[in-house]
Amino acid sequence: MAAQSAPTAAAVDTTLSSTVTVEIRTDEDVVRVRQSVRAAAVAIGMRLVEQTKLVTAASELSRNALDYGGGGKAELQVLRHGPRCGVRLIVEDDGPGIVDVGLALTDGYSTGGGMGLGLAGARRLVDEFELWSEVGVGSCVTIVGWAS
Amino acid sequence: MERIPVLKMGELLMVTIQVDMHDRLARTLLEDLTEAISAHGIHGVLIDISALDVVDSFIGRTLSTIASTAQVLGAETVVTGMQPAVAITLVELGLSMPGIRTALNAERGMAALRAALGGRSERADGSGSGHDA
Repeated sequence: MAAQSAPTAAAVDTTLSSTVTVEIRTDEDVVRVRQSVRAAAVAIGMRLVEQTKLVTAASELSRNALDYGGGGKAELQVLRHGPRCGVRLIVEDDGPGIVDVGLALTDGYSTGGGMGLGLAGARRLVDEFELWSEVGVGSCVTIVGWAS
Repeated sequence: MERIPVLKMGELLMVTIQVDMHDRLARTLLEDLTEAISAHGIHGVLIDISALDVVDSFIGRTLSTIASTAQVLGAETVVTGMQPAVAITLVELGLSMPGIRTALNAERGMAALRAALGGRSERADGSGSGHDA
């Protein structure tokens, strides 16, 4: 079955060319995620402002996973969609989860001591944003930035 | 313990952040600066961030906290050298960093601090004779 779908679909489908996983357990790991995302963004030729936005969003999400989710992991993928290249970051934790996802995405909302810019702010900085969360199971945020 | 060096120059403190700061390092900087301001009677703090290619909400908030804390202790803070891409990102992120004084580069920041402090020491002296005639 896999052999049938491969040839024609490959030209338009988004493909992955590499994957890196960073565990998020400490403050230093958040820096490590930033550096990995920066390296990938530079490698696919993103402009400096695009790089900076993506790296900043990655930093917000990794810190969320650490502070509110009790740690987790970030999976970094380089995407190719026809001539376009992008970076996808999947940050997941197995923390308490988010009770009201809509509220969590509202500017100014925070359960911690912060200003609540984390999720809403990160969403504004990227091209694609997806949040999944289940109370008692954990949260997973996927972001994508495309090189222009 | 890992630290960002704080240089004392007369009644000024100068910090250049050259590393990608993790959160604990940012908190340590806040504590170190606050202690130094209080211990040495500092009136001005210059923080150069020209080497930082990311300022996220935590780092931005820490810079704001440093400025407000310094203000309470009687010192002016100026943050210098923010990269344009960082400035664009901060605004889109929604972080306005209220109360933070900024300058394009360290040279201008130092001039702004000296101007602010010049006025202050004249008032403190009460003589007002600091100017050349």
